[in-house]
Amino acid sequence: MDRELTAWALAAAQALLFIAAAPLLAGWLQRVKCHMQNRAAPTVWQPYRNLAKLLRKRMLLAENASWLFRAVPYIVFGAMLLAAAVVPLIAVRLPSAAIADVIVLVGFFALARFFTALAGLDIGTAFGGMGASREMMVAALAEPAMLMAVFTLSMTAATTNLSIATEYVLQSGLVLRPSFLFALLALAMVAVAESSRIPVDNPATHLELTMLHEAMILEYGGRHLALIEWASQIKLMIYSVLIVDFFFPWGIATGFSARALAVGAMAVAAKLMLLAVILVVWETVLAKMRLFRVPQFLGFAFMLSLLAMLTHVVLETGG
Amino acid sequence: MGIATLGLYSQAIILFAALALFTSFIMLAQARMMPLIFTFAWQGLLLAVVSVLVAIVSDHPHLYISAALTFTLKVVLIPWLLYRLSVQLNMQYDAEVIEHPTLLLLGGVALVIFSYYVAQSIVQLSGLATRNTIAVSIAIELLGMLLMCARKSAVAQVIGFMSMESGIFFAAVVSTYGMPLIVELGVAFDILVASILFGVFFFHLRDSFGSLDVVRFNRLSEANQPMPLRDAAGELSPGDHP
Repeated sequence: MDRELTAWALAAAQALLFIAAAPLLAGWLQRVKCHMQNRAAPTVWQPYRNLAKLLRKRMLLAENASWLFRAVPYIVFGAMLLAAAVVPLIAVRLPSAAIADVIVLVGFFALARFFTALAGLDIGTAFGGMGASREMMVAALAEPAMLMAVFTLSMTAATTNLSIATEYVLQSGLVLRPSFLFALLALAMVAVAESSRIPVDNPATHLELTMLHEAMILEYGGRHLALIEWASQIKLMIYSVLIVDFFFPWGIATGFSARALAVGAMAVAAKLMLLAVILVVWETVLAKMRLFRVPQFLGFAFMLSLLAMLTHVVLETGG
Repeated sequence: MGIATLGLYSQAIILFAALALFTSFIMLAQARMMPLIFTFAWQGLLLAVVSVLVAIVSDHPHLYISAALTFTLKVVLIPWLLYRLSVQLNMQYDAEVIEHPTLLLLGGVALVIFSYYVAQSIVQLSGLATRNTIAVSIAIELLGMLLMCARKSAVAQVIGFMSMESGIFFAAVVSTYGMPLIVELGVAFDILVASILFGVFFFHLRDSFGSLDVVRFNRLSEANQPMPLRDAAGELSPGDHP
C-alpha cells in the first residue's frame, strides 16, 4: 500500500515536472537557435517570463466569442496534461502509464487539435477559418504516418503501453533494427509537422500567407493565450520525449531509488538537449516549404513508416 | 526466429539491406539529376558492405572479390561516368517533374509487399542465415524497373536499369552466397560496357532530338511539317513511311 502510494506520488511529480520543464525546452531551443544564427540569445527562462506576463495581462474577448472559445484553452491544456502524464519521462513502471496507451495519446492530440480548429472557426474571422483548414490538412496527413510508426514499435514490443514498450527496448539491449530506424525518421518528420516547426510551419512568423497554427489562435490573449502556448510547448516536449524514450531509452530509471531517479533525470535532460540541437540544425539548414509541398513531405513520412512496418514483417520476424 | 537472436553481423546485414531498399525509394522520389546519381552510388556502397558482411558470416572468401567489383563499378566507375556525362551534357542541375510522387511511392510499397509474397516460398526452402533479405533483393530489382517506367529522362532510366542489376546481384549474394565468379566477372564487364554505350547514345540522342526526354522520342520528326495530301496519305498503312 505504501509502495503504491509512493509510485502514484512519483507519477504525479513526474507529470508536474513534465509540464514545468516544457517551457525550459522551448527556451533552450530558442537560445541554441539564436546562437546558431549569430543573434543575441535570450536566457533559457524567457518562455517562463512570457507565460507569466501573459497570465498577468487583462483578458480581452472578441464580441461574438461563444462559450466554446473560452473553454478551448482549458480543454487543450487539459488534453496535453493528460498526455504528459502517460509518457514516461524519468522512470518506467509508474502506475500512471496504465491510464492510456499510445493510441489514446494520439487521440489526445487529435482532441486538442479538433478544439483548436473549432475555436479558430468560432470567431468567424478569415484567418481563423484558413488556419483551421490548413491545420486539419496537415493533421489528416500526419496522423496516419504517426500511427503507422507507433504500430511498428508496438509490434516489436508486443504492447501499445508506452512504459512497457520502453522497458522492452531497454532490456533487449543493442539490436540493429532497420524498422526502428525508419520509424524514428518518420516520427521525427511527423513531430516537426505537428509541433509546427520549419519546414512545415514557422512558429515565429505572423505573415498571413505562411501561418498554420498561429492563424487559429490569433484572437486569443491573456491567460488563454498563455495556456495555449504552454500546451504547444508541452506537445513539443511530448514528441521529443517519445523519440528519445522509444529509440534511446538508456538511462531511464526502472526502480524508484533516489539514485536511479537522479540518473534518469540527468539522462533525459542530456538527451533532450542533444535532440534540441539536432532540431535547431535541421531548422537552420532548411527553409519553410510551400504549403502545397507539405503533402509530399508527409507522404514521404507515411512511406517511411510503412517501410518500417514492412521491414519489421519481412526482415525481423519469421524465417 | 526474431532479429534479437541473430548475431551482430547478421543484424548488420539486415540493417544494410533495409537501407539499400530505402535508397531505392529515395531514387524514386528524387527529381534532381546529381542527387540521383549519388544515391545510386550509396546503394552500391551499401550492397558492397552487405557482400563483405555475408562473406564474413558465411566464410565464403570469393564474396570479397565480388564486393570489390561492386565497389569499383557501382560506387566509383559508373557514378563517375554518369556524373561526367551529365556535366558534359550540361544537365547536372536539371530536375524533372515527377507526376504523382506520392502515388509512385505507394506503388513502390506495393511492389515490396508483392516481392515479400513471392519470396515466401523461397524463404521456406532456404536454410541460409540471410534468407529473409531475399524479398528485399527482389524488391530492389522491381523498384529499379518502376524507376525505369516512371521516369522520362534517359539518365534516370539508365540508373533504374543499373539498380535492377544491383538487385539481381544482391539476390545472388543473399540466396546462394554469390554466383560463380566467372559469371559475376562477365556481368560486371557487361555493365561497364553498357554504361559506356549509354554514354555514347546520350550524345547521339541529344544531337538527334535535342533532349534526353524519352517522351519526345515517340514523336515523328515529320510531325511538325504540314500534312501530306489526303490521297497520298490514304494509301499508306500506319507505320509505313514514304
